[in-house]
Amino acid sequence: MKLENIVLTNANFEQQMQELRTKKNFDYLVTIVGEDFGEEGLGCIYILENTATNERTSVKMIADKVGNDFVIPTVCTLWKDANLLEREVFDFLGIKFLGHPDMRRLYLRSDFAGYPLRKDFKAQEGYSMDDEPQDDYTNEYYIDKEGKLAVKKNRLFTDDDFVVNIGPQHPSTHGVLRLQTILDGETVKKIYPHFGYIHRGIEKMCESYTYPQTLALTDRLDYLSAMMNRHALVGVIEEAMGVELTDRIQYIRTIMDELQRIDSHLLYLGCCAQDLGALTAFLYSMRDREHVLNCMEETTGGRLIQNYYRIGGVQDDIDPNFVKNVKALCTYLKPMVKEYTDVFGDNVITHNRFENVGVLSKEDAISYGVTGASGRASNWHNDVRKNHPYAMYGKVEFDEITATTCDSMARYYNRVEEIRQSIRIIEQLIDNIPAGDFYVKQKAIIKVPEGQWYFSTEGSRGEIGVYLDSRGDKSPYRLKFRPMGLNHVAAMDEMCRGLKVADVITVGAALDFVIPDIDR
Amino acid sequence: MEVKKPVIKSIPYAEFKDNETLEKIVEELHEGGVNVVCGSLDQLINWGRSNSLWSLTFATSCCGIEFMAVGCARYDFARFGFEVTRNSPRQADLIMCAGTITHKMAPVMKRLYDEMAEPKYVIAVGGCAISGGPFKSSYHVVKGIEEIVPVDVFIPGCPPRPEAIMYGMMQLQRKVKVEKFLGGRNHKMTAEERRQAMEPIVVRNVPEDFDPKEGLKED
Repeated sequence: MKLENIVLTNANFEQQMQELRTKKNFDYLVTIVGEDFGEEGLGCIYILENTATNERTSVKMIADKVGNDFVIPTVCTLWKDANLLEREVFDFLGIKFLGHPDMRRLYLRSDFAGYPLRKDFKAQEGYSMDDEPQDDYTNEYYIDKEGKLAVKKNRLFTDDDFVVNIGPQHPSTHGVLRLQTILDGETVKKIYPHFGYIHRGIEKMCESYTYPQTLALTDRLDYLSAMMNRHALVGVIEEAMGVELTDRIQYIRTIMDELQRIDSHLLYLGCCAQDLGALTAFLYSMRDREHVLNCMEETTGGRLIQNYYRIGGVQDDIDPNFVKNVKALCTYLKPMVKEYTDVFGDNVITHNRFENVGVLSKEDAISYGVTGASGRASNWHNDVRKNHPYAMYGKVEFDEITATTCDSMARYYNRVEEIRQSIRIIEQLIDNIPAGDFYVKQKAIIKVPEGQWYFSTEGSRGEIGVYLDSRGDKSPYRLKFRPMGLNHVAAMDEMCRGLKVADVITVGAALDFVIPDIDR
Repeated sequence: MEVKKPVIKSIPYAEFKDNETLEKIVEELHEGGVNVVCGSLDQLINWGRSNSLWSLTFATSCCGIEFMAVGCARYDFARFGFEVTRNSPRQADLIMCAGTITHKMAPVMKRLYDEMAEPKYVIAVGGCAISGGPFKSSYHVVKGIEEIVPVDVFIPGCPPRPEAIMYGMMQLQRKVKVEKFLGGRNHKMTAEERRQAMEPIVVRNVPEDFDPKEGLKED
């Protein structure tokens, strides 16, 4: 969608955001985009959604300059995911949020010099091989009576706290995530997540790449939703340029997206089991995942990194055997899904470990922005394919799987059922792929008109969104990816209070996040 | 007696790339002279070592999924003896660095490598571990893990196909087979570094008013 920003200033920001949250019921904060607007200064764009009507709106706020610092009042009391999202903006742009209780960097090392996404950032040569300095105190900024920026120190750990670091190298954290867990015996008191161990600076790199070059990096973000990531980026560029796609392209993209979703959910079922210690179930689901990969590999050439979509269509037409192979795959998979629940899902041990573990109420799920099957397990109807249809999703029949128990068991069963729904979508489309072009020819140098756009697709783990700010060049001025997993990990702290240490791993496994997607 | 050429069953010696490095190692061993008893024991021990290299579970990003796929039923690296992946670096023989290493992760990886017991090996899997890969122009990516740890085998690809990963594992097996184990082992640290690592850690900047018995009750 094209963003028509409501521009707010320091005078009315707090009051207007309060009104948007309470009176107009914009209860889902999709993302906060920090941007260096150039001459206007540094600022943020907040994208909000009303979950009842699915209406989206956006707010633009330029930061006030106080001395040498840039400040914006915080909104973390209105939307709970703003806590980590504002820390991210502080990390990359240096905007300090007044009233935020824990204003620390999120991704980069605590002794990193500079703010990468500012346009005048110069990368330092070399890097430190010393351990990152850890502080017991954090900063909270506020404006004092003289109008200057003052800082209050908040204590992170007391002297009696027993802190255990889970990660960054740990077989069960789906990537390199460090969870600083404060324990009381075996019970969890608080979790502080530390990201950035796989932060590769993709957003900054994209600012110096042409549009077709930026596509190459998307598959490496959340590699298990590689097709959906690329779909989001290609979708926002095509929407901004006004490209008309043929039906054949839309059919192919929908089928590939659903195959990727089945691939990701199969890996999830296996990894869920592996994290709990049931190593054999992992082999079952990986065996079937290989069948899905065979279908995709024949057409795209890749097993994990597919590089299939491009601006204006797809890389190459589908293989002549594609339709036959996909139909055979669907016939093979339908009874296999029952096998997973027989082997692992319906097991009494699984139920004991998953039920009532990691409970997240619907209001909290919306406030934390937990999208995807994890949010749907809390009875929040957040499927982007239903709420903001794209490609062929408006024209096929499928159910949105929700559950009311809000715990890890519901998240697991949701995904098993979603595999069945994906097979259902594929079967509706696979026989009717219309003839036509697989690529609508674009100019050699792709330039996007000026403006700001946001487009999101339903990835395997939630809503992947791409925000594009273009100034009419052949490179994006600002490209931001909305990570699916950041909101999940943000909610982990609240979900794990009072649970045992082993349950932290269970909650993480059932939530299903992938760290390179969070870190970008 | 002579050190034999390393043999991998069912793949002829001539089909492997880069036989020159291994032949150079063998030449150096021959120049020093190979004792009959040590030489035969070396061969026996190296046969055992190369066929049971257990790697550390270390996967940072996308190549980690291909590493997991190699471990699963279709490609199965357990056939080669890489039976289990150990979670603790103290128990691992080899670290297969699958995925990008960033500046924040670099000290962590060096610490994991230092914690491993010798003999230890490093395989750099994927473009990111070899040179930074697609992220070479980033401000936060280490341009190849050779900057931090010594690497034995490089497996190119983005991600490398499971067959390529297995080829790289076989190359490592061949390298292990020609190493000298007894009578002058292949150490990654020099004698000087080993001596320094064994020195006790002495804390010198203890404050004047430090009382170790503060807060402890008399038993």
